[in-house]
Amino acid sequence: MADAVPMFEARDLARYFDVSRPALQRLISGEGRRLLRAVDGVTFAIPKGTTLSLVGESGCGKSTVARLSVGLYEPSVGEAVFDGRDLAEARGMADQRRRMQMIFQDPYASLNPRWRVADIIAEPIRAFGLVTTRSEQANRVAELLTQVGLSPLDGQKFPHEFSGGQRQRISIARALSSNPEFLVCDEPTSALDVSVQAQILNLMKELQQRLGLTYLFISHNLAVVRQVSDRIGVMYLGRLVELAPAESLFERPRHPYTRALMEAIPDLDMTGRERIPVAGEVPSPIDPPTGCAFHPRCPLANDRCKRERPEMEVAGDALVACHAVEEGRDMAA
Amino acid sequence: MSNAVPLLQVKNLRVEFPTRRGTLVALDDVSFQIAPGEVLGVVGESGAGKSMTGAAIIGLLEPPGRIAKGEILLDGRRIDNLRYEQMRRIRGKEIGAIFQDPLTTLNPLYTVGRQLVETMTTHLPINPAEARKRAIGWLEMVGIPAAAQRIDSYPHEFSGGMRQRVVIALALCAEPRLIVADEPTTALDVSIQAQVIALLKRLAREKGTAMMLVTHDMGVIAETADRVAVMYAGRIAEIGPVREVVKHANHPYSAGLMASIPPLDRRVERLAQIDGAMPRLSAIPKGCAYNPRCPRVFDKCREVRPDLMPAGTTEAACWLYETEAARG
Amino acid sequence: MAAVVKRFFDSDLWWSFKRSPVTVLSAVVALVCIFGAALAPWIAPHDPFDLASLNLIDAFKPPVWAEDGVAEYLLGTDDQGRDVLSAIMYGARVSLLVGLSATAFATLVGVSVGLIAGYVGGAVDGLLMRICDIQLTFPSILVALLVDGVVRAVVPREVHDQIAIFVVIFAIGISEWPKFARTVRGSTLVERNKEYVQAARVIGVPKLRIMATHVLPNVVGPVLVVATLNLGLAILSEATLSFLGVGVPPTQPSLGTLIRIGNDFLFSGEWWITIFPGVALVAMVLSVNLLGDWLRDALNPKLR
Repeated sequence: MADAVPMFEARDLARYFDVSRPALQRLISGEGRRLLRAVDGVTFAIPKGTTLSLVGESGCGKSTVARLSVGLYEPSVGEAVFDGRDLAEARGMADQRRRMQMIFQDPYASLNPRWRVADIIAEPIRAFGLVTTRSEQANRVAELLTQVGLSPLDGQKFPHEFSGGQRQRISIARALSSNPEFLVCDEPTSALDVSVQAQILNLMKELQQRLGLTYLFISHNLAVVRQVSDRIGVMYLGRLVELAPAESLFERPRHPYTRALMEAIPDLDMTGRERIPVAGEVPSPIDPPTGCAFHPRCPLANDRCKRERPEMEVAGDALVACHAVEEGRDMAA
Repeated sequence: MSNAVPLLQVKNLRVEFPTRRGTLVALDDVSFQIAPGEVLGVVGESGAGKSMTGAAIIGLLEPPGRIAKGEILLDGRRIDNLRYEQMRRIRGKEIGAIFQDPLTTLNPLYTVGRQLVETMTTHLPINPAEARKRAIGWLEMVGIPAAAQRIDSYPHEFSGGMRQRVVIALALCAEPRLIVADEPTTALDVSIQAQVIALLKRLAREKGTAMMLVTHDMGVIAETADRVAVMYAGRIAEIGPVREVVKHANHPYSAGLMASIPPLDRRVERLAQIDGAMPRLSAIPKGCAYNPRCPRVFDKCREVRPDLMPAGTTEAACWLYETEAARG
Repeated sequence: MAAVVKRFFDSDLWWSFKRSPVTVLSAVVALVCIFGAALAPWIAPHDPFDLASLNLIDAFKPPVWAEDGVAEYLLGTDDQGRDVLSAIMYGARVSLLVGLSATAFATLVGVSVGLIAGYVGGAVDGLLMRICDIQLTFPSILVALLVDGVVRAVVPREVHDQIAIFVVIFAIGISEWPKFARTVRGSTLVERNKEYVQAARVIGVPKLRIMATHVLPNVVGPVLVVATLNLGLAILSEATLSFLGVGVPPTQPSLGTLIRIGNDFLFSGEWWITIFPGVALVAMVLSVNLLGDWLRDALNPKLR
């Protein structure tokens, strides 16, 4: 990494949502405010030109991190830093805002059904005044459509004329149209069929190499994440439990939750091994367990885990938030 | 397993949707069978017709869709031409259905216990007290902790994963001989998904229940199914033992589909992909529906539509295996 | 333009229209009403406001098919010898004008309030929606009576006659907007969380622009339905107000005014003076409402 300043940094980033009942009802029932800690203090940095992926089950806060990192949410606590600048400040400057873009999960909801594809793709171009004439704009749209594997003629159509995979290509073209450097991808392939998923993942990797993009990639699918990531963060109940280089995470998962996740993936090789699924379910983030949030489901949990919340500690080339790993208890198991 | 007497037979099933722009053929000439205790996985991209096949079997095709041709036989008895009331009785008693969204199956106004008891007393010759005892047993069986207490809870008091287990209990409690499960684990997180798959597998083994498992998740199929049918554009492209189809698919489409699954155990620079997209029902190409995307296409594929024919260890609807079929 | 027309005739909307005979009939009735009303000065057989042409000898002529009916007055005449058919056409003109204007006014206010409440949310949403709630607790006719009463009290009589029609439009419009606001707010809440709106927010498109270019075009469907259904209601409200004598001035009689005037003769045997304007009102409102019902079903993808 020649450039030492990371593209994006989260410093103890947190986002709480007020899920209290309406004031009047609270007054009557005498119940207090209730906070949902969707993201509860995560720290990571994404060096330029690399991909950091966040994985975890639904409700772990990974999508909230994605929205925090492009400024769709404001942090409740902590800092989001974009290329060395506070994110809120960067969001206030058009030439900085232009450098970040987002790709969404649902290809059916991410394109305005009443707009023509060319207008959808040109929206960022117009918003940032990147071209001056209409013909320049048309050329740029045609170029973008070609870049994502569609025909320039597709610009005149409406979104409903396309399949899910094609729509996701349009979304990518729109995101690329402001010449961004940082792309936040929130489950970009989860709604797609597997053969189309491969098309989109290949396209994204190709674009990253060609344009030197930096990705924050959100997914629940470990196999997908393995294909695209340089580093991977595993989230559980709003916190990072493990952050490691991609290969290291798969070769040597350290946190008991990471191991459980890998164990849970159905086996395509049909080795016939009996998997032991992790028991129980993800607890409610409104009322998380004390100490380590994973302790009720963890085979290695002891009294300390129930009492004391583990912090991220260095373990080899990874960061792991687990007392058992820190104490070396995981080796015995 | 395929030699056993089939419990479910689907013969040349054709489902049509009359629309104002002409009749769309959603399923065309679909034939397969499932033996007792066997799990048939049905895979394919969205719109390939896999859910439609399940809906046709349980008699819940969404109008204006209708069965235009073919037969569905349960235990040798035709069920595709039954009246609504007769079909409803069969649906509870002999065929259990599990859908992707548990909320569509559960009645939010009744406790889960009441729903289980009613299902059992309707279809089985037992009294309510006995039914309640069994209901607790079923809830325990599907892995709901403290079943005796939770039986009187309402569906909304359960979490998503627990609700899906309740749906499974509800589908199983009348001891049907066939279960049609449409994406039963898709809405669930991986850890819960693994629990539900393990449960379904155990039930098929222990109770001899036959199951049609519709899903787009190849991992689930590989773990659960005995045989797999791969569907494309309303037809079965390939059908065969799960190990063969997943590992050595014969139809170029199934092969492409399997190859495009990202591997978990290694990183590849470029994933194998199938270019293009599945055609819309209104624009299915002449000949083999897969021919515009097929890497091994030749002239005949563009003209004549292939039927299923023996292809090594599986059956594939592909002209590549024509000579083999003639020999065999 | 030709392409747009072609697209319309190729659309699901046109298709569902053609398949519903009730809707086609409603459309025909509504069109007859609208054309009859709009073109009244040119196609009406008489000018009911031209006092010079009125002849008291022609008073109380029954409809043409009755014993004493004359072909000149198809639907008979009133106590002053005015042609009932012409009066209905001119009256429908006023009714329709008031109905359309009031609905347009209510749509404008309601859509703006609903968009802002739904998109901005929070305290603004709370405040605007409470105002809606309060407004909805008063029957709309009461609100209209109140507005009319206040205006009558503050402006002199001559001025009032001149602005009466605007007062009625305002009174009806102001009592109907909460329906639009609620509909639009609901749809806006759904749309604003959709990812295409978030994509625009990531780029930094200003709020007002997002509301106008992204959210608004996607909430017009339900607005159109409410507006059509509301048009019938607005015409009825105007008729009610005019029937009660607080609506448009008698110099510009609407259907409601005609019904009120004719009402006096109902029991003396001259039924046609009140019944025909009543029938016209029913035909107009019913056809518009049936069109609205059809539109609601046609735009609802679940029922298609």
